[in-house]
Amino acid sequence: MNAPLLVAEDLHRSFGPTRALAGASLRVHPGEVLALMGSSGSGKSTLLHCLAGIARPDSGRVLYAGRDLATLSDAERSALRREEFGFVFQFGQLVPELTCLENVALPLRLARVGRREAERRAAEWLARLEVAEVAGKRPGEVSGGQGQRVAVARALVTRPRVVFADEPTGALDSLNGERVMRLLTAAARDTGAAVVLVTHEARVAAYSDREVVVRDGRTRDLEVAA
Amino acid sequence: MTPLRDRAADLVMGARMAFTGGRDGWLRAVLTAVGVGVGVAMLLLAAAVPGALDARQARGDARDDLRMGEPIPAAANTLLIRQTDTEFRGQPVRGRVLRPEGPAAPAPPGVAALPRAGEVLVSPALRDLLSSADGALFAPRLGGATVTGVIGAEGLAGPGELAYYLGSDTLTADDATRLAAFGGGLPGEGLGPVLMMLVVVIFVVLLLPIAVFLGAAVRFGGERRDRRLAALRLVGADAAMVRRIAAGEAAAGALLGVAAGGVLFALGRQVVPLVTLMDLSVYAADVRPPLPLVAAVVLAVPALAVVVTLVSMRAVLVEPLGVTRRATPVRRRLVWRLLLPAAGLGLLLAGAAGVAPLGSEQQTAAGAVLLLVGVVTLLPWLTDLLVRRLRGGPVAWQLAVRRLQLDSAASARLVNGVAVAVAGTIGLQMLFAGVAGRFTFDTGQDTSRAQVQVQFPARPDAAVALDRLAAASGVTASIATLTTLVTADGTHGMLRIGDCAALAEFGRLDRCADGDVFLVHDPEDRSADIRPGGTVTVGDGVRWRVPRAAREVPVRTNPSGYRQGGVLVTPGAVDTARLGPLHAEAYLRLAADRPDAVEHVRNAAAGADPLASVLTLTETRQANQFVNVQRGLYVGAVVTLLLIGASMLVGVLEQLRERRRLLAMLVAVGTRRSTLGWSVLWQSAVPVVVGLALAVVFGLGLGAVLLRMVQAPVAVAWPALGISTGLGAAVVLLVTGLSLPVLWRLTRPDGIRTE
Amino acid sequence: MASRVQTVEQAIYRYTHRVYVMCIVAGMSIGQTFLGLLEATPRHGYDIKRLYDERFGHARPLAYGQVYATLSRLLRGGLVEVDAVEPGEGPERKRYAITEAGVTDVAQWLTRAEKPEPYLQSTLYTKVVLALLTGRPAADVLDVQRAEHLRMMRDLTRRKRDGDLAEQLVCDHALFHLEADLRWLELTAARLDELAATVRS
Ligand SMILES: Nc1ncnc2c1ncn2[C@@H]1O[C@H](COP(=O)(O)OP(=O)(O)O)[C@@H](O)[C@H]1O
Ligand SMILES: [Mg+2]
Repeated sequence: MNAPLLVAEDLHRSFGPTRALAGASLRVHPGEVLALMGSSGSGKSTLLHCLAGIARPDSGRVLYAGRDLATLSDAERSALRREEFGFVFQFGQLVPELTCLENVALPLRLARVGRREAERRAAEWLARLEVAEVAGKRPGEVSGGQGQRVAVARALVTRPRVVFADEPTGALDSLNGERVMRLLTAAARDTGAAVVLVTHEARVAAYSDREVVVRDGRTRDLEVAA
Repeated sequence: MTPLRDRAADLVMGARMAFTGGRDGWLRAVLTAVGVGVGVAMLLLAAAVPGALDARQARGDARDDLRMGEPIPAAANTLLIRQTDTEFRGQPVRGRVLRPEGPAAPAPPGVAALPRAGEVLVSPALRDLLSSADGALFAPRLGGATVTGVIGAEGLAGPGELAYYLGSDTLTADDATRLAAFGGGLPGEGLGPVLMMLVVVIFVVLLLPIAVFLGAAVRFGGERRDRRLAALRLVGADAAMVRRIAAGEAAAGALLGVAAGGVLFALGRQVVPLVTLMDLSVYAADVRPPLPLVAAVVLAVPALAVVVTLVSMRAVLVEPLGVTRRATPVRRRLVWRLLLPAAGLGLLLAGAAGVAPLGSEQQTAAGAVLLLVGVVTLLPWLTDLLVRRLRGGPVAWQLAVRRLQLDSAASARLVNGVAVAVAGTIGLQMLFAGVAGRFTFDTGQDTSRAQVQVQFPARPDAAVALDRLAAASGVTASIATLTTLVTADGTHGMLRIGDCAALAEFGRLDRCADGDVFLVHDPEDRSADIRPGGTVTVGDGVRWRVPRAAREVPVRTNPSGYRQGGVLVTPGAVDTARLGPLHAEAYLRLAADRPDAVEHVRNAAAGADPLASVLTLTETRQANQFVNVQRGLYVGAVVTLLLIGASMLVGVLEQLRERRRLLAMLVAVGTRRSTLGWSVLWQSAVPVVVGLALAVVFGLGLGAVLLRMVQAPVAVAWPALGISTGLGAAVVLLVTGLSLPVLWRLTRPDGIRTE
Repeated sequence: MASRVQTVEQAIYRYTHRVYVMCIVAGMSIGQTFLGLLEATPRHGYDIKRLYDERFGHARPLAYGQVYATLSRLLRGGLVEVDAVEPGEGPERKRYAITEAGVTDVAQWLTRAEKPEPYLQSTLYTKVVLALLTGRPAADVLDVQRAEHLRMMRDLTRRKRDGDLAEQLVCDHALFHLEADLRWLELTAARLDELAATVRS
């Protein structure tokens, strides 16, 4: 198997008395779709945030492409998230004032791509996720499923190497959820992006190549254990 | 129809909600109370100002000692009084020398028993000054008299006033006024129409932003309230109940604010006597707002809170499943927004044309208020108009503009107060600049040659007095001369005796030695026709022959800015003792690094002769209070702006907190914090720019109309314009700067919790 | 069109048929269950039946014939041995003990995932309880099973993605059932502590 892209080693993180992570370890390989499963409150989101450099673990290391995230400055981690990662959350991730097209173009513009070019590429991605028709609408005016597909487009528009998805279908019915998952995994496969998918639904996890179970802040990554 | 009792229950429920709801609830209640309280305290203070000034005026009238009319003969019930006002470090000192002429001599208010010779009564402020380390710098002016008592409050204009009554047994009727009673002089001069207008406009300009500020303060926590009300709807409250609950909540918060305002006012009142502003100090007891006005404030503020709340709730739909802003923003109609300022302008212009059915003060106030309110009504409309067309630009700009497009009113509301304050300040300062021009004049005094002029009344030992002055601490040079009047053929001139150096200040001497005499003529003035060898009358009738050797020289403007024709005489050319009593006059140069030098001069002058007059020279003399009032106005504007800034900060923080999840999410996906910072800045900067532009237009308009009303030439006061808009912009920058740390804290990327 | 409808019907028939068969074959795990019960201490045949009925019988007690048939199968396989014979008549007088080979067999069974088929609860439940009884990590049993379920769900998902509508519907049916099992697994995992307390009491 080729070298892992993202490695977490023995992560610990507490919020006051709550131990959200108590020894989580994990590997993500390039292009694989990895499901993080576990019951609510088991520490999945916290793990995802640590992996993505959004939060710092109290102890343990996260290596992305061999670099320890803890050694990066805040600005460098921001740049990393902007350029190498993509994010899809459960809801409320689109900027309500911007149109869907502008929302998708946003990461490109943050990476200093010109407006025209950014919006052209954004339009392509909207089409690819079968939501071309909502380009000019504001997020408040589109359905939940459409909104999530816009969010997926936004996560993929920069052609990231890892897409982090935290319960991306959590607020959707099963039909829309499946559609989002189908498009997300297909697009990720096409672009070669790895996906770290947090979910507690087996049917969503079934879109993954591999799963890691999180329980009480500990992972059971069979591969790392081996 | 809902039974009355149920409605009351809704109100009470709302009122309870104002104070419950955990830490956030308390925080909101406290913020509202402080915000409203500050506004209420300001209103009460403003309401008390006229009363305080009246009380002060009444006390001033009661101790009036300027007797006009026929002199009265000395009697058992008369006293001689002479003004010996002086200054101490720029602060005026009211001084009087008294000499009773009989056992029934009247005592001024605040004085139980008249001081005897060698005794002095002082105001508490002067007593404190005398017993302080600086006392020694003033004491010599009391001629060594011992302080035997204090002047009571009823005899003083204010607690900070410096005043004394010095007893004397040498004062003569020639140097003094004879009084049979104090007070009852001419009634105090009322404010002229110009000053009256200034006062009215000052009130409007300082109070209107406070009212706007109150409008914002009663909306603190509005977002969360809407969400709470939505929860109430979910459990079955209908729309009307929700409105009543909101009204109850707003009224309760405002009442708490009124109470806080009362407390702040009571505290502030106690502080008032400690402050002396523009030589004005006020007794706490004088700061008493009239009861009707107090009642009006107490009722109007909660009413305003309720009205503002209900109006603001029109824009949101509080529904069981949450709060939605009305999707299609209300089309902003221009007509009524223009109506108010147009009406204001009309009232002012009518006033300028002399049509004032409401009474000119009320009309000016109403006109100014309406005109300035125009800034508030036009701001959202104009912001909308501007923002609607904007697109493109960098991400921060795009985020800000899009947000403004969706809800410009929220941002506009935050800058309303600033815009109104700036507009008012511009108008007022323009009026001031225009009016002040009338009261400012070039004195012609040349402070590079001398800074102080001292004059002594005619006295035999005048030369001794001059020497004492020259020896005073901090005096670096003295131009000392003795003067008296000369008359020749019914024309008058000045006979001035001094050494060559001193005389050179009054005539352009070609050469000079002791024994020389010069004749100076002012070509523009018809001065005494004095010829060498001619005979003139000096002083009270001494005949003096002008030496034949006297030379004619051109006149030189003296340091006071006057040119006087006459005779300049060196001491060797005349026997001064023969000329009778001579006035002494000295122009003094003071060491620039000795600010107290002038006080030493005053002491030396008073020591030599209590009736000496000491005058500091200035290049321009602006009717003095104008400078102070103008500065005071800026201070007032700054205080108002800071208050508004505080409310703005609360508003900005509230808006940020509302969006915390989104902000954290944006940071999580790699948005630079600076991008967010800029977008927050743009978001308030755009309405601010619009607001300031409006403020400039309306301020200039207001200023122009006001100037027309006082028939002064309309001129734009550029410095006032710059300073006022600069202050407004600075407040916005300050608020944005202060909100950044909170933005940073809210946008820590781990702030995204999907819950 | 007709042929497609037929395919769906056939698929559903195949599925339900398999489910039916599964229920019968589920008895296969009785042997391992006995071994598990014997692991703690040697027991008489009667004891074993009573314990089994109590914990796993669910109102459908084992027939004596089945008990002794299973025991003799285990004896033949060398997984149990007769520990002692009490005086008296009948097979119920024999006391059975587990052998080394028997312990190994239980361990393997517990760590082996069951083929993810519908109506697996009783087997899995038995496994979990036995794991708890024998002091083995019960969470592992569930994790292993979950992995197996997911593997199957992944296959179905893949087939669904590439297949036509009929295929998708069939796959979805299976997926929903598998998901239900997994949900139950999750719930059980979350309640392991509670379960352990009742089992050991
Ligand atoms: N910012 C936070 N502050 C306090 N507790 C937190 C925070 N984030 C997570 N937790 C706690 O940590 C635990 C794990 O949370 P999370 O990672 O969100 O779980 P999951 O995503 O699996 O539902 C939970 O008990 C949660 O309450
Ligand atoms: Mg989570």
